Amino acid sequence: MKEQVAVIGLEMHCELKSNSKVFSFARNAYDETPNVNIAPLDMAFPGTLPVVNKKCVEDALKMSMILNCSQPKYMYFDRKNYYYPDLPKGYQITQMSEPVGINGKIEIEVEGKLVPVEIHDIHLEEDSASLDHYFDTSTIDYNRAGVPLLELVTEPCLHNASEAVAFLEHIRDVYRYCGISEADTKKGQIRCDVNVSIKDIDAKELGTRVEIKNVNSFSGVRDAINYEIKRQTELKKQGRYDEVSQDTRRWDEEKMETVHMRSKVDAIDYKYFVEPNIPKYKISKEWLEELRRQIPRLHLERKYDYINNYGLSAYDAGILVKEKDIADYFEECLKLKIDAKVASNWITTQILGYLNKEGLSINDIFINPKRLKDLVDLINDGTISSKQAKEIFMKAMEEKQEIKTYVSSDNAQLSDRDELIKIIDDIISNSPNQVEQYKAGRTNLFDYFVGQVMKNTRGKANPVLTKEILNEKLNN
Amino acid sequence: MYLDKSIRELHELLKKGEITSDDLVREAISKSHEVSDKYNAFVTILDDVKETEVTNELLSGIPFGVKDNYSTKDVLSTGSSNTLSNYVPFFTASVVQNLFDKGAVMVNKTALDEFGMGGTGTTCHTGAVLNPWSKKRMCAGSSAGSACAVAAGVYPYALGSDTGDSIRKPAAYCGIVGYKPTYGMLSRYGLFPFASSLDHCGVLTRSVEDAAIVVDAMKGQDRNDMTSWDSSKINLEKALTGNVDNIKLFYIKELVDLNNYPHATDELKKHLENFEKTLDIAKKLGIKVDAVSIDNDLLNALPAVYVILSCAEATSNMSNLTGIIFGPRGNSKQITEMMMEHRTKGFSPLIKRRFVIGSYILQKENQERYFKNAQRVRRLIVDKIKELFKEYDGLILPVSSGPAKLFEQADDVIDENTNVLEEHLQIANFGGFPSITIPNGFVNNLPVGVNITGNCYDDEKVLNIAYALEAQMPYKNQIAKEVE
Repeated sequence: MKEQVAVIGLEMHCELKSNSKVFSFARNAYDETPNVNIAPLDMAFPGTLPVVNKKCVEDALKMSMILNCSQPKYMYFDRKNYYYPDLPKGYQITQMSEPVGINGKIEIEVEGKLVPVEIHDIHLEEDSASLDHYFDTSTIDYNRAGVPLLELVTEPCLHNASEAVAFLEHIRDVYRYCGISEADTKKGQIRCDVNVSIKDIDAKELGTRVEIKNVNSFSGVRDAINYEIKRQTELKKQGRYDEVSQDTRRWDEEKMETVHMRSKVDAIDYKYFVEPNIPKYKISKEWLEELRRQIPRLHLERKYDYINNYGLSAYDAGILVKEKDIADYFEECLKLKIDAKVASNWITTQILGYLNKEGLSINDIFINPKRLKDLVDLINDGTISSKQAKEIFMKAMEEKQEIKTYVSSDNAQLSDRDELIKIIDDIISNSPNQVEQYKAGRTNLFDYFVGQVMKNTRGKANPVLTKEILNEKLNN
Repeated sequence: MYLDKSIRELHELLKKGEITSDDLVREAISKSHEVSDKYNAFVTILDDVKETEVTNELLSGIPFGVKDNYSTKDVLSTGSSNTLSNYVPFFTASVVQNLFDKGAVMVNKTALDEFGMGGTGTTCHTGAVLNPWSKKRMCAGSSAGSACAVAAGVYPYALGSDTGDSIRKPAAYCGIVGYKPTYGMLSRYGLFPFASSLDHCGVLTRSVEDAAIVVDAMKGQDRNDMTSWDSSKINLEKALTGNVDNIKLFYIKELVDLNNYPHATDELKKHLENFEKTLDIAKKLGIKVDAVSIDNDLLNALPAVYVILSCAEATSNMSNLTGIIFGPRGNSKQITEMMMEHRTKGFSPLIKRRFVIGSYILQKENQERYFKNAQRVRRLIVDKIKELFKEYDGLILPVSSGPAKLFEQADDVIDENTNVLEEHLQIANFGGFPSITIPNGFVNNLPVGVNITGNCYDDEKVLNIAYALEAQMPYKNQIAKEVE
């Protein structure tokens, strides 16, 4: 058998952040109590009509632009008709004929390399209710019915589980960067369908496509893809490739395998037609430009900016861009002319450590970029040591006092040259043995003298200056 | 007996204190029971409804009826269907609420062809509605109960809805006025949908003035209906000046030419002659009336286009009727069977047939041939009429092929030649045009009607033309009396 390659396509559903649902005035929020965030439309009471949430449309258009898709001239919706207990209207309002974006392309980073991903389309739709199944009954919770969803469909252009997961993580970060979604898989905000086929490495035609529905975690996506590639390859090896039918399967997380759900023959005809209750409206160039201006600079662009223009390591840059607020903090530091590496060090060590420990967000902490600048300036002009700076950092975080209040005469760094010379002269004259041994070649005694100076000054001596003077005295 | 009077007359009597709102409400309730016994016009009569305060609002204190496909809070709203036989909504349709806000008193919910899908008034889950002019005849539909009650003098007005001609045809058969404004002038929020792109709210009254007053009170942009628009600059009642200088109307020659109906019945002949008389009256008023020819293929496509579009939308719109959240629940432990039983038992055969047609049309392999083509023909028809509206202020045509039909005729296939004459009012639904039917005489002692349809947003003009014609004919405010 020739070498096999996998071809993978993804459908990623993501719940959007908004005050109200996409077509009703009910709150868009998760609630433990069933059926509290509902409006008459969400339960399809007769006579109710959909009213489009403008914010959701704007967010959808932003995503469309981020994915470099082309946008339609008019915004409108279609009905996807089917009966299911979680779909109270008997149809889902979605976009079929003119999605909010088509034919997009983006680059993602996979193991340090840029990989292009083609986007088939992205469209705005509503979520269904959620069902809970018990022994002999099922319950329906309509809280989720009508929650705005963006469905992103890639072309079958990915080749392995790592690429697929990297893509999902990339898009998740984009959603978070733009404030469009929390994109939290743990809250069920992201759900994926995965298409997998295999083919001979030199074949042009795609193999038989298998769809795996409702994979709800990224690790699930990874496992499902790997399982499916293995399953299909094994069958092919055994000459049983015709058993790979064009079917729809689901991922069984406990058994770690894909399970047959329905075959292509049972495919539903959704009888799509244009939703008549939502008038078509024009998407003007001006509106799109306005929305484009609201899109923040995204993580990958920032990461390469930090590496290429500020000399940061890929590792540090990666940490800085993980969250937009942190990257924004870093860029604010750059604007205040804090050295990029210094700022990066402070953020990736002191600040992130503090945030993790306290469970805070970077926007909530007392040491904002301006105060960090005050602190760094004090180190640079030799007023305090970096050790002291760390102490001041912690104190200021807790006590919420300006940095300068912590720089008094008794903790200021000793940088007065004459005073230091006096102290060092005393130490040298009181340590004749050590001086002798040092001059005889035990150069590691240099640290002994530094230690003595620190001891005498209770750690306040400017270490750079101290070393400089010691050098002059001992080596001449 | 006061409720045979016009809204303005009632308002003046109320203001002067000669009658009270309670008097009117009691009279309307007692009349409702009488009309219910005789003609089976209602689903619910609100026996315990209270009077309201009489204010400067013309509608305050005055009773009215609401078609049972409007959602009314705390009042049974069935759509005349067994699928909603026990449904009591918790919200009120916007247009009904607008009337409540002005002090109008709802005294009953009127019967209709199930969910408005039918033109006979015979498919209500409470049974057929009889015509107050002759119990042997139908009121037409679907706003049968509303037309019957207004004609019988239960109150000066009742709300209807109109997807093909459901206000304007029953109005003609009952000798009253039926008006559906431009699409979107009245919010559809709370109207049980039949075919959303064709559905209109509207009113049945006994005079053009009353229709203007009521729609003035019902209209207004609604944040719950994205297809509604701001009509605050339109004042229908003020527009009724009777001045029709420079008005030009057209009629479609092919539809009213007796030569095109080789098997014409006596009724049809008289009906078309009567229409000619109405044209003469218009001409005497100084209105210019032209005969215009329209491509027969386009005209003949009307009924098919209507069936395709309305059935397709209806199939989808009524998918929410599963008996799970509201309506009587099916007896099964299994959810699909529950829905099946609810829908199988709940819908009449007529509706089920339309669902089958609708599903067939929307199937992937049929969409292009039926659904998309029907949409294209709809556009061609509307474009043609709009082109004529550049030159003309309105289209005038007779309603139907004669007076109310006998029940025994109901299932008969009517002379195929008159098919388009029966269905042309659908043009106004295709285009969202304002359209009003007024009584214009009698054929064999039974009332017949004439319809005027104008361009979108020209409601004031359309109503004023109808108002001017009405003034020249003795049928304004007529009350039905049984003639056979």
